[in-house]
Amino acid sequence: MIPAQFDYLRPATLEEACQALAADDEAKVLAGGQSLLPLLRLRLAYPTTLVDIGRLPGLTGVHDRGDHVFIGALATHDEVLRSPVVRAGCPLVALAAATVADPAVRHRGTFGGSLAHADPAGDLPAVVLALDGVLVARSAEGEREIAAADFFADYLETTLEAGEILVGVKIPKLAGEWGFHYEKFRRTVQAWAIVGVAVAVRRSNGSIQEARIGLSNMGTTPLRARAAESALQGVELGEAVRQACEEASADTAPPADLHAQPDYRRHLARVLTHRAVRTAAGTP
Amino acid sequence: MTEVGTARRRKEDARLLTGRTQWTDNMQLPGMAYVAFLRSPMAHARITRVDVSAARGLPGVIAAYAGADFAEEQGSLPCAWPVSEDIVIPDHPPMAVSEVRYVGEAVACVVATDRYKAADALDAIEVDYEPLPPVLDMNDALTEGSPKVHEAGNQAFTWRLTQGDVDAALRDAPVLIDRTYIQQRLIPTAMEPRAVMATSDGESFTLWSATQIPHVLRLMLALTTGIPEHKLRVIAPDVGGGFGSKLQVTAEEVLCLLLTRKTGRPVKWTESRSEGNLTVHHGRDQIQHVTLAAEADGRIRGLRVELLADMGAYLMLVTPGVPILGAFMFNGIYKMDAYDFNCTGVFTTKMPTDAYRGAGRPEATYAIERVMDELAAELNLDPIEVRRRNWIRHEEFPYTTVAGLTYDSGNYEAATDKALSLFGYDKLRAEQGDRRDRGDPVQLGIGVSTYTEMCGLAPSRVLGSLSYGAGGWEHGSVRMLPTGKVEVVTGSSPHGQGHETAWSQIVADALGVPFDDVSVIHGDTAISHKGMDTYGSRSLVVGGVAVLAACEKVKEKARKIAAHVLECAPDDVEFSEGTFRVRGTDSGKTIQELSLATFAAHDLPDGVEARLDADATVDPDNFSFPHGTHLCAVEVDTETGMTKIRSYVAVDDVGKVVNPLIVEGQVHGGIAQGVGQALYEEAVYDAEGNLLTSTMADYLVPSAADLPAFVTDRTETPATSNPLGVKGVGEAGTIASTPAVVNAIVDALRPRGVHDVQMPCTPERIWRALS
Amino acid sequence: MPRIAITVDGIAYEEEVEPRLLLVHLLRDRLGKTGTPIGCDTSNCGACTVLLDGKSVKSCSVLAVQADGSAITTIEGLAANGTLHPMQRAFHEEHALQCGYCTPGMVMAAIDMLRDDPEPSEESIRHGLEGNLCRCTGYCNIVRAVRRGAQDMAVKTP
Repeated sequence: MIPAQFDYLRPATLEEACQALAADDEAKVLAGGQSLLPLLRLRLAYPTTLVDIGRLPGLTGVHDRGDHVFIGALATHDEVLRSPVVRAGCPLVALAAATVADPAVRHRGTFGGSLAHADPAGDLPAVVLALDGVLVARSAEGEREIAAADFFADYLETTLEAGEILVGVKIPKLAGEWGFHYEKFRRTVQAWAIVGVAVAVRRSNGSIQEARIGLSNMGTTPLRARAAESALQGVELGEAVRQACEEASADTAPPADLHAQPDYRRHLARVLTHRAVRTAAGTP
Repeated sequence: MTEVGTARRRKEDARLLTGRTQWTDNMQLPGMAYVAFLRSPMAHARITRVDVSAARGLPGVIAAYAGADFAEEQGSLPCAWPVSEDIVIPDHPPMAVSEVRYVGEAVACVVATDRYKAADALDAIEVDYEPLPPVLDMNDALTEGSPKVHEAGNQAFTWRLTQGDVDAALRDAPVLIDRTYIQQRLIPTAMEPRAVMATSDGESFTLWSATQIPHVLRLMLALTTGIPEHKLRVIAPDVGGGFGSKLQVTAEEVLCLLLTRKTGRPVKWTESRSEGNLTVHHGRDQIQHVTLAAEADGRIRGLRVELLADMGAYLMLVTPGVPILGAFMFNGIYKMDAYDFNCTGVFTTKMPTDAYRGAGRPEATYAIERVMDELAAELNLDPIEVRRRNWIRHEEFPYTTVAGLTYDSGNYEAATDKALSLFGYDKLRAEQGDRRDRGDPVQLGIGVSTYTEMCGLAPSRVLGSLSYGAGGWEHGSVRMLPTGKVEVVTGSSPHGQGHETAWSQIVADALGVPFDDVSVIHGDTAISHKGMDTYGSRSLVVGGVAVLAACEKVKEKARKIAAHVLECAPDDVEFSEGTFRVRGTDSGKTIQELSLATFAAHDLPDGVEARLDADATVDPDNFSFPHGTHLCAVEVDTETGMTKIRSYVAVDDVGKVVNPLIVEGQVHGGIAQGVGQALYEEAVYDAEGNLLTSTMADYLVPSAADLPAFVTDRTETPATSNPLGVKGVGEAGTIASTPAVVNAIVDALRPRGVHDVQMPCTPERIWRALS
Repeated sequence: MPRIAITVDGIAYEEEVEPRLLLVHLLRDRLGKTGTPIGCDTSNCGACTVLLDGKSVKSCSVLAVQADGSAITTIEGLAANGTLHPMQRAFHEEHALQCGYCTPGMVMAAIDMLRDDPEPSEESIRHGLEGNLCRCTGYCNIVRAVRRGAQDMAVKTP
């Protein structure tokens, strides 16, 4: 199918881009376009203007900033999953980025785009949420930092304001002995996650000291499995971990759709969280 | 014979690998305009108003029409298979005029200077609908008081085949297996979406279409539109897969012809995938109620099948014939004395169904192969053993089955033994036992499918007896050119099968010419005047045999000319490896020399025309019956319900093999499609009749990462019904694999009390079966 | 209308394009590069895969304006002087195509995969092709062809 008509702007600076977006509520940002173009082609979106930020300087690359990794909004999934900085500083991001769509899409799709699109079935929102990422947005008024917990507002909605553009994400480096895993469950490799579980755990002396768990597709936004996180604190590796992970579906509101019903998604959240925690904790 | 049996690399590949293809959408004609269709968003509604006037004024728009604009000339899309006396064939206007009966039915169209403007103009068309109740469930549709799809009611036809006394067989049977299986609705998903281009000089029409059936299409379009047959040329250029979905006379083909006539311009329409998911005919969609009666030792007494077949909203080209093809296959490879098959075709407000790879036979095979596993479980027998006790033994061929077909040849024992050994059956059974004992959350299951199919469609007299509207012959012609090269024209119309290669191999052997000296032409009714096209694994069995028959005629002509040139009697001429020799001498002429001599015509025998060519039309005596044994091992994660195919072995017997590479490829692809039905694919309509699986993001087609490598091998029991001894291979893999996979899943879960999982066996369904 | 400069299979073009024009339609309808087909509208099937500045992309999901200043390689640009690219040859030898509609995308995706994994395992090949659907082959021969193509390319460029 064929997109409806729209105007196209390719601003030379971030300031111009912000102005263009502020001036028109129906304008949309175009980065890699890998989420947007299928929507345009199916005529599920009718933006008046696409503001192409794809070539703006300063939004690219992955940077080691000491206590955190800064991932430019325009860094592609392919760059992110290969980045030594990401692999060293926040390996969970690389693990999840490698499962996004397919290689060709990963060459175009951007880290910032995936987050701004805010699809709860996406892989990266849950990861950024689990890692307490901080999203950096720019507008005519200047720069604003938004905690991941405050960023995802609803299904495909963020707290970005009109005229605000996501420029990058700060992912705090975790101190201590952490393990990571992203468990993605889907019917075919191409399909969206029915449920995804992003896990970081810190272990010592055979028990889990701290766990952070992000859930994909268990609500209208990505969710933290807070109850399971608390239940896992201080738990010895073994059967107790499974019991703690039974809390993973608490306070979730998974959707009913073509691919799964809510009760099944809740069940999967529990099973997959257990598996992800075990893998992240390095237990077989 | 040197070429037949050789793994020749394909002649077709060169253009396909370099992008020098002729897909219909690639083609442009001067002045060509683009067509876009507005489609119904309602499953069932009365059309109260269509206003295209706003679209007509938009830039680049050449014309816009509603159904009423075609009412006088569009006719009704044909159904060529009125299977029974009681059949109801409703009027099927290519563009809906007063009522829509499925989501996606065309209600208006735009012709514009480019495809973007055509798409835009659709937004300007206004249509008012008065909703009518959708009819979505077959059982509900047949109840008194159900809303009606058509005025005559929701029953399309009933059809029965009965042999022996099934009531007696079922009465007091020591074992009775009674099951209901659902053949979910599938979307064929050929990779090339449909495309049509049409042009006219005012009198004659040419239509290019991504079709499997240029010849049938020409005839049907002539009958539908009133364009005289001799003024209509149909061309199937490169066609990107079909699997039955392009065995159709479509609304868009008819309308593009009418649009080129109305606008005086060449027009082209290309569907998008999401449009195609709605409007390419769907496959399967049956509810099968199967009752099998057996003795205590597992021998089958009889089989009863009650079948509901969803026709969708209309009867298209062979819609009602699909379940009837299955009627002859429910008994599979097994001996029994009583069989009763009752089918009811049902109208619903969904896209019509029609042929999809296997067409009726995969559904039937699934049912019998699933039930055989249930019988084995009931009797605590190995599923292979219960099959052995029932199948036709190799020394019993030819064998007339309870359904009335005569299987000419086969060796089920040999194929099964080979498959078991390649599979490592005993070792896998031992592992299965271990995992069960351990309570491993990942259980192993082993699935068996010992299938046969009827293909090589079809003896014309049989088709006639089944009320099909045409014959089942195929045509081939072979002509020697002055330089000794050979042109072959085949009535079969390939779309990925490799006819150009396989036919070259047959001709090279028959005429003793080099493989590279043969070219094969197809798919254009102006060049190939006669044909029945490609479906039902018929190309080689009927079309290849027709080419061989034409070669034999060419040889006989050449023999006469050779005898004249060599000054001997024709009976004294022997032919070997391309040379005609006087028996017992070295004196001879090559076929190339004779073809030049024929062209020069300086010295031909009296009464012999100056041409070395021949036509042949071959009508098969019987169907062909490929068979085989497929074994599948799955690992089922009982915690999540996820199934992973661990290994898959297919041993097929497709008779003599012309090109083993092509045969293997057909088996691989067939298995993948059958696995797709077992695990992934389903066309889902919601309660209002909207298709939820309208894109590839929702209708899941397996990728390389979802499938294992398949191990394939063959046994070779030649068909006795044709001189090549071939049986056809296009549908075998798909027919065999679906029950093999589901049997494996059920086998894995049987100790947990599971005796069925509805297809596609999604993780959620498996989890629910276990909960 | 925006004006873009683009190089396709070594030929430089300058075109005025509607912003919404898809790269694949620029290739097919404007430049006559019909070797790259379209198989879906959701970027699932991969039939339209081309290389954009050396990396695989789905040309149905890139706007022509986004490709401004880029170099595109399509299936038509692989064979040199009538000699097939090793990957094309491997697809031929291994019978890795039937109808051939997915083939341009498969070949381009396969070549892309080898950029940083010149000796892929069967599993890597299958995952590397996860964005390209084929309905004919069941993928077995495609996997073999990619392995063979990889070997042949390694021989050619040690």
